Amino acid sequence: MQRTFLLAISLALAAVIGSALAAPVNYKTPDEVAAFKPGPNLEVVQGNCGACHSSDYIATQPPMKDKKAFWQAEVTKMIKVYGAPIDDADVGKIVDYLAATY
Amino acid sequence: MFDRRDLLKGAGLSALAATLSSTKALALDTVTLPFANGERPLVKYPQKRPMISLTSRPPQLETPFAIFNDGPITPNNAFFVRYHLSDMPYNLDPDKFTLEVKGKVDKPLKLSLKDIKKMKATEIVAVNQCSGNSRGFFEPRVAGGQLANGAMGNARWRGVPLKAVLEMAGVQAGAKQVTFNGMDGPVNDKTPDFIKALDIDHATDGEVMLAYGMNGEDLPFLNGFPLRLIVPGYYGTYWVKHLNEITVIDNIYDGFWMKSAYRIPDTPNNAVEPGTAPKATIPINRFTIRSFITSVPDGAKLKAGATTLRGIAFDGGKGIKEVQVSTDGGKSWTSAKLGKDLGKYSFREWKLPVKLAAGSHELKVRATGNGGETQPDTPRWNPAGYLRNVVEAVRVTVA
Repeated sequence: MQRTFLLAISLALAAVIGSALAAPVNYKTPDEVAAFKPGPNLEVVQGNCGACHSSDYIATQPPMKDKKAFWQAEVTKMIKVYGAPIDDADVGKIVDYLAATY
Repeated sequence: MFDRRDLLKGAGLSALAATLSSTKALALDTVTLPFANGERPLVKYPQKRPMISLTSRPPQLETPFAIFNDGPITPNNAFFVRYHLSDMPYNLDPDKFTLEVKGKVDKPLKLSLKDIKKMKATEIVAVNQCSGNSRGFFEPRVAGGQLANGAMGNARWRGVPLKAVLEMAGVQAGAKQVTFNGMDGPVNDKTPDFIKALDIDHATDGEVMLAYGMNGEDLPFLNGFPLRLIVPGYYGTYWVKHLNEITVIDNIYDGFWMKSAYRIPDTPNNAVEPGTAPKATIPINRFTIRSFITSVPDGAKLKAGATTLRGIAFDGGKGIKEVQVSTDGGKSWTSAKLGKDLGKYSFREWKLPVKLAAGSHELKVRATGNGGETQPDTPRWNPAGYLRNVVEAVRVTVA
């Protein structure tokens, strides 16, 4: 009797473990803490750049001599190569923010 | 982005919560890589030990370099992470996972993870290295992920040869390439999906494999769980993660990630004059040969007398023939003793007992492969910041 009971428990346990193993991964990344630095047109940058990637993509770029040309090229690449849907009117604002802030 | 709880735990001060964004608080949990703008947070992800965070969305994590001194195999929880696109399969179900094999094949396949694990397994020890590993050291600097030397790792991969899967499907005459797509994708449908291609001869060489195991465990999620492509000797860009779509094609794949990205100059050394653009390019392919001192960090202070220098070397698949070490900035060189041979695609450990007199020393290490190739004394340059393999130097002060 007791043995049957134990068997029932272990079978139930195995079922629970089995279903736990079979569950989706549900991987949780840490909270995204990095934020865009304050600067002109911050909200335009947050809405456009932040839609696809975190702000550290920008913050970790190397210090360049010609910041404006560097960031203009990066924004152009995001639009032309990666298809970023950035309004023409916002391009200059984003480049100015990046060149002034990073 | 560090984990707030870990930071608080580490600091043991709840008062820090008010100053989370201050430099002082961050300094508790940051490292500074040895190039301009090299400050990075150390971040703890599930299944990972604290890693150097390059970006958080999508995640890119670099291995702290000291780990390479612990042995020739990089632990799963320290292995680097590199993604391109932010729509990640965080909630994938391994029981519902399906690998599709299609295109120019006689019999298209849909294989479950169980189907793949039932096949005859094979293992290989192989280095995976990000194409952009060490990009932060390029001079002049170039755009892209600014990594030090930690975007590499060496693991024992377990899985099935790609050749066996393609044989099950029956590759048709006229096949030229095989393309590989994973479950991660872009958040914007105008962004090109991350798809890579190998020539059919390479794909069926018996070494390229589909791996579900890494160092005796399942792949960590961030290293491509439940299945990734292993392309021994080739840069990590080809090692597609969360691999669920293989397509045999009868043309040369012209998607963005092959045709425009991950290209190197089509010149004898795959290099160009620093600051210039190449006239023609080819897809990046095999690793250049590299070696590192792992036992002594740059700037270390050592005691005068006998010490043993240790490190690792690897190449694109010929295997390491010799590692030489200099303690006088490259004037004289001594051959190091090579460690156990884990295969021609693996890190090869080396060690050398040396005697260091008081003063400043520049330690250098240089590997030579079985094919005769060695490392250059001055860095080669290309606009994407790939292929770095200059002879590395470590400056130490001995007293």
